[in-house]
Amino acid sequence: MAIKMIRDVIRDTIDAEMARDDSLIMLGEDIVGGNGAPGGPEAIGGIWGTSGGLWAKYGADRVIDTPISESAIIGAAAGAALTGKRAIAEIMFADFIGVCMDQIWNQVAKFRYMFGGKTSCPLVIRMPYGAGFNAAPQHSQVIHQFVTAMPGLKVVMPSTPADAKGLLTQAIRDDDPVIFLEHKALYGVKGEVPDGDYVIPFGHARQVTQGDDITILATGMMVGFAEKAAAQLAQDGIGCDILDLRTTSPLDEEAILDSVERTGRLLIVDEAPPRCSFATDLSALVAQKAFASLKAPIDMVTAPHSPVPFARELESAYLPSPDKIVASAVKLMSYRRGSA
Amino acid sequence: MQLSREALIRAYRQMKTIRLFEERLHDEIALGEIAGFTHLYAGQEACAVGVCEHLGPTDYIISTHRGHGHCIAKGCDVVAMMKEIYGSRDGLCKGKGGSMHIADMNVGMLGANGIVGAGAPIAVGAGITAKSNGTVSIAFSGDGACNQGTTFEAMNMAVVLKLPVIFVFENNHYSEHTGEAYAVGAESMTARSAAFGMKAIKANGIDFFSVYEAMRELINYCKAGSGPASIELDCERFYGHFEGDPQRYRGPGELDRIREERDCLKTFRTKVTEAKLLEGTDLDKVDAEVTDLIDRAVAEAKQADRPTPQDVLQDVYISY
Ligand SMILES: Cc1ncc(C[n+]2csc(CCOP(=O)(O)OP(=O)(O)O)c2C)c(N)n1
Ligand SMILES: [Mg+2]
Repeated sequence: MAIKMIRDVIRDTIDAEMARDDSLIMLGEDIVGGNGAPGGPEAIGGIWGTSGGLWAKYGADRVIDTPISESAIIGAAAGAALTGKRAIAEIMFADFIGVCMDQIWNQVAKFRYMFGGKTSCPLVIRMPYGAGFNAAPQHSQVIHQFVTAMPGLKVVMPSTPADAKGLLTQAIRDDDPVIFLEHKALYGVKGEVPDGDYVIPFGHARQVTQGDDITILATGMMVGFAEKAAAQLAQDGIGCDILDLRTTSPLDEEAILDSVERTGRLLIVDEAPPRCSFATDLSALVAQKAFASLKAPIDMVTAPHSPVPFARELESAYLPSPDKIVASAVKLMSYRRGSA
Repeated sequence: MQLSREALIRAYRQMKTIRLFEERLHDEIALGEIAGFTHLYAGQEACAVGVCEHLGPTDYIISTHRGHGHCIAKGCDVVAMMKEIYGSRDGLCKGKGGSMHIADMNVGMLGANGIVGAGAPIAVGAGITAKSNGTVSIAFSGDGACNQGTTFEAMNMAVVLKLPVIFVFENNHYSEHTGEAYAVGAESMTARSAAFGMKAIKANGIDFFSVYEAMRELINYCKAGSGPASIELDCERFYGHFEGDPQRYRGPGELDRIREERDCLKTFRTKVTEAKLLEGTDLDKVDAEVTDLIDRAVAEAKQADRPTPQDVLQDVYISY
């Protein structure tokens, strides 16, 4: 086991997979950097530091710096994946999905189905996402709610270095298109990472803490917030069963329902606004399939129905937080049928 | 055509205001006072000012992530801009947008923009309004944004609709860490614009007079109903892509050289004093006044009211 930051795990995993599979290519803006500039190639290796050294090792035919053209990046990655390559496309900020939505939604997600199962498109679209940097409304958003709603896409949201390795390896080897979401605030998070080949199959939640009172469902940066809240709640004797869902599509329904059947209370933490979201999806699942187990209404701690604001005070008010999770948990524990 | 003394002083004041605004931000950001991503415009002042000195409040501009210069040149309030960048609720956009989203419809400034290539199509729409008003609409874009499909669509549509839209491409030779020589496949942005069927010219973006005279010609052309036009401005950015950029893509000594040899403010000063249009002391006086303005802007921004959690849900809609 090595101790690594998530950003380095991403780089090293791509490196290992490129070494393993000659057909794997990678495209994105500034993933090399310095092309056509006096400083020369390898000036940056990705603005998140997730592709350093790969150009030098695998060459410009496999590590492809692109102009600012998100639609063409996804289209080109898709075309390569349809014709025998495997591709990793990096969209520098998940917010820019707006520019290439057609290629993702109408093309990549639907090829296999509309071509009658006769094709595969082994493509990983990596997108750094999320708030916490005061990067304002167009550089701070989550997008898992949209892509989870799209049949044909698999959606991955790792929260630890070990999961980043196991899930990215699976994503690259997967024959279906995968949206791989990397929370910007987690790139510097360090943790133990298994050595050698390490694959985590999709659709399996990770049990983060065990407890009998409240099930907390979270992904990405929300997992750490839930852990902080759980540590505080434990001091008051409230036990939290935290599940890091890891993939939002496919979804580990069994783990969710098992947990809720045990605890009888569900708290969902989601960085997205509350309408038509992953949180509402999970809420509907439990209401439909575990209604009889519930001792209290399902609660959600989410962002409000607004864009992500810029100013420090506004962004922290906007985001879910450990304090908000604690308040919600306390409310759930004190709920009595017939009271409000 | 010869500019009046007042017009020259005004243009210099605008350029100097942008320069000092950005230099001061560079220092303040290093102190950790300012949140978020900030892209400084210093070095490109002659572009924004050479364009905007022709415009009034009902001419429109739309800007980019590197928007402070365009905002100042178009007449946005400098103190309110500074407050916005500090995230105050008294900022020009109430602390909601920050550096990358400064806008002021009252002066025809349709916003800085965080999405590269998003501006040009919006400028086409503003061009529809401008056509009915007898004014013009300007899309500022970079050498990076020029490769975005949205920019291509906007240029073609402006030609098809014969709109008074001017696509201003500020070629500072870099899009983030990548050189223009790599990313722009055409012989030049000008050649590419011409291929869309519009009038396309180049000017020297470090010389205010070159930009100003070229823009006069294009604005007359557009207002005469001849359709859209494009201009490519050769210029330099004096800081990193964003504050914090290690700038490893630069050549050895490049920053020192461009600051020494390709500074639009120095160029302006030399030209107007050598031609005896203005005295050095006239310009020194402006420098002192602008320094005071920027000091005041920063002092006020640091003291300004902070937003409260209740503000998060304000202005999502007009009514809901
Ligand atoms: C759609 C989109 N893609 C990528 C980015 C990230 N990005 C921000 S600025 C920039 C470079 C823009 O270069 P250019 O148009 O030359 O403008 P300059 O920075 O030189 O002013 C990039 C890639 C973005 N903000 N939006
Ligand atoms: Mg540029």
